[in-house]
Amino acid sequence: MALADVDLRIPGGSLVCFVGPSGCGKTTLLRIIAGLETPTSGHLLLGERDLTRVPVHRRDVGMVFQSYALFPHLSVAENVAYGLRIRGVAKRERLARAFELLALVQLPDVATKRVSQLSGGMRQRVAMARALALDPALFLLDEPLSALDAKLREGMQVELRRLQRRVGITTIIVTHDQEEAMAMADLVVVMGDNRVQQVGPPLDIYRRPVNRFVANFVGRNNFLPARVVAPGTVEVAGVRAEVVEGADLPSVGSELTVAARPEALNVYPTAPAGPALRGTVTMVRDLGWTVETRVRVGDQELVVSGANVAVADGDEVWVALPTSGLVALNA
Amino acid sequence: MSTRPAASLAPMDTGASDHRGDGPWPHALLAWPTLALTLLFVVPLGIIAALGFFRRIQAGFFEVAFVTDNYARALDAFHLERLAVSVVLALVATLATLVVAVPFTFLLTRRPRARQVPYLVLVLASLSLSEVIVAFAWSLLLSRTSGISNLLVSLGLMDAAASWSPGLWAVLLAYVFIALPLAILSLYPTFSRLDQELPEAAGTMGAAPLVGFVTVVLPLVQRAVAATGALVFIFVLGAYVIPQTLGRPAQWTIPVHITDQAIMKNHLPLAASLAIVLLVASSLIALAIVAIGSGRLPRIALPGRAR
Amino acid sequence: MNVWLRRAMFALVVAYLLAPLLVVAGVSLNPRQVLFFPPEGVSLRWYGTAFTDPGWYRPAVNSLIVATFAALIAVSIALPLSYVLWRYRVGYAKVVMALGLAPFALPPVITALGALALWIVLQSYGRPYTVVFSHGVFLTTLPLATLTVGLQNLNPQLVEAARTMGATGSTVFRTIVFPYVRPYLLAGFVFAFVLSLNEYIIAYMTVGFTFETLPVKIFASLRYGYSPVMASISVLFFAFAVLVFSLVGRMGDLPRLLGADERE
Repeated sequence: MALADVDLRIPGGSLVCFVGPSGCGKTTLLRIIAGLETPTSGHLLLGERDLTRVPVHRRDVGMVFQSYALFPHLSVAENVAYGLRIRGVAKRERLARAFELLALVQLPDVATKRVSQLSGGMRQRVAMARALALDPALFLLDEPLSALDAKLREGMQVELRRLQRRVGITTIIVTHDQEEAMAMADLVVVMGDNRVQQVGPPLDIYRRPVNRFVANFVGRNNFLPARVVAPGTVEVAGVRAEVVEGADLPSVGSELTVAARPEALNVYPTAPAGPALRGTVTMVRDLGWTVETRVRVGDQELVVSGANVAVADGDEVWVALPTSGLVALNA
Repeated sequence: MSTRPAASLAPMDTGASDHRGDGPWPHALLAWPTLALTLLFVVPLGIIAALGFFRRIQAGFFEVAFVTDNYARALDAFHLERLAVSVVLALVATLATLVVAVPFTFLLTRRPRARQVPYLVLVLASLSLSEVIVAFAWSLLLSRTSGISNLLVSLGLMDAAASWSPGLWAVLLAYVFIALPLAILSLYPTFSRLDQELPEAAGTMGAAPLVGFVTVVLPLVQRAVAATGALVFIFVLGAYVIPQTLGRPAQWTIPVHITDQAIMKNHLPLAASLAIVLLVASSLIALAIVAIGSGRLPRIALPGRAR
Repeated sequence: MNVWLRRAMFALVVAYLLAPLLVVAGVSLNPRQVLFFPPEGVSLRWYGTAFTDPGWYRPAVNSLIVATFAALIAVSIALPLSYVLWRYRVGYAKVVMALGLAPFALPPVITALGALALWIVLQSYGRPYTVVFSHGVFLTTLPLATLTVGLQNLNPQLVEAARTMGATGSTVFRTIVFPYVRPYLLAGFVFAFVLSLNEYIIAYMTVGFTFETLPVKIFASLRYGYSPVMASISVLFFAFAVLVFSLVGRMGDLPRLLGADERE
């Protein structure tokens, strides 16, 4: 697998998420940062220090592996103290530090247990404690929560964020779960197709995806074919609408795709005031916190999410395009 | 799962229903393997055990009796010394084999699988190579007229070609040659299933590759290494052609004498009693090797369990 | 580990395993009846002799016959045994399995002596079929090992899925299990075949010179007069083994056949 054109600056003390579908190169990038893989070209700098040719064991990174990679032949405390043992720290001292770290991840009572006696969530915390034991300059986590069930995962997201703030360590998390990235990161790096697609704070990524890949991967989106009819204005299915976000619009007359979030669209049983598309309801799902309505417009199905507007399958409806929130995408 | 109402319809015992009422099928299927292995493996061992007490007769092979002089001869000073030589040679060869096979197999299994295939083919081909061909090849390699000493002379590294076979080194080199492929293949499953991330994790915590190998990989594979050691030891101890061809009488092991008695001297009872002695000795030592391997290797212990 | 360390290690092992064969290959090219290395010249006459001199090709044919039937016997024992162990719970199956794996935990010379004693007792000493049966049982460990690996990798849910669609015992075996383990079965057969072809001590003790196999013939020449034919035959043996295992590697997943995980 080859990574291309990765140019990233990660601010110290921040929490960064590499997010993307599986096989997009995010784990490779993390492993290059850890020193577990060597890039064929390019440089990796930590502050002023060039790490490109520094072997993993001299890199000063702490890493949580996807499988946690806890040593099955050692006890929990021995696992946490492993790095200190390699450095030749005295037994008593390294053990004290292991207890300190286990307290930090809220596992004070498992020090003498075997790894095999722990639950998945506990293993996850032990792996974090172990990675932090040497006070590394970088804290790297490869899909740290993917093995946990949904409820536990949410709790751990909060806990991990708190832990990171408390320790103040520069942290990189690799995840395939865009919601997780949005919920935790200061900075999100969306990757796809072995390159970086977009870098930015979570809200920026959500509001202003630069291309179809990001728009499709982060949250849900409706994609509409459009044509530029005037500066800042496009025509969608014969309806004129303003584009307020996203990429710069190409010249008047050219074709492009615009994106609209389900919650930016609205369904009306009668024609609304602004620009709207006419269609037929194909399915209504009441999800409790929102109602999702699917509307067939031409040969496309749009997903609309919002308050209930008493429509049913087969109804003729209008889907109102947003006055703000229509996003222009690069190819 | 147990909270689901369906599971409370108790004595269904879904897991085992698969294995109930199988009828005669499994037994019919097992008939031939059981018969073949009993007749051709268990019975011969029984015959050998009995043969050791039979009396040799000049005209035929042996007659049924109960005498102990075969064992008395198998355990006399000469044969005990031969046994000691056999065991020491096999142990040295086993150790040398493991020293090469363990790091090699570890490094091999860290490679992408497609890259491993040529090495595996070479290892399999070497493993299948007849002991006879191995002995022949090494006798050539170590001989004066066609061996490496010739090559070293032409390179100016040696003054005159020398013959290194037969002799102790020839036997040991050939032993390791036949044992190495077996050891690699025996270690291969364990090593290739070893989680790649474990040594990597050791690396991120500051362990240099060799340190990580000793502190993380070795403790996890020590059982497999010990089992391989036992397997290799037995295999080498049972070799006949190599010590016979590449060794001087000083290196002639028990198998050489067993074959000599069984075929040349037609003394099957003595051959059988020697075989039993060899079997007992090899089993005991193999068990000891496994036991040493399963008990923890001396490692830098952490007082984790102290509290 | 360090790339150079790895390369050095690999080079050492490859050199160690190939050096004797290279010398043998060189010797086989001598035009005269001498065993010089480097060879005096380059000639393939000893390869011709291997195929024309009945003293050499007859044992070769014998070996091929023995190996074919021995491998068939090995597989015929291993397949039902490993299947029953995987599919049913039969108490004594584990004992039979242990017997099947035991020959490799025994010094080969003892297995050979046992075979010799057995066939003497059965008054069949020297008959060609004795070596076939003794090889078959001795080498059954190999297909047993590959089949056990194969069945371990077979997801039991495949069988359950077949059963939900109405397949019963023998149909499940024919339509699901057998197609799945076929490469493992084939690999086991090949391993047993090649090892039988090369086996010396059992062949020597059961049939000896009455149904001379190639290893026995080579051993006799080793003791009573070297000839470059031995070298050419050795090269052919090794080339054959490399060819066969390369084919296995090409058709199947060699690392998996040898016990690596399913993943990757």
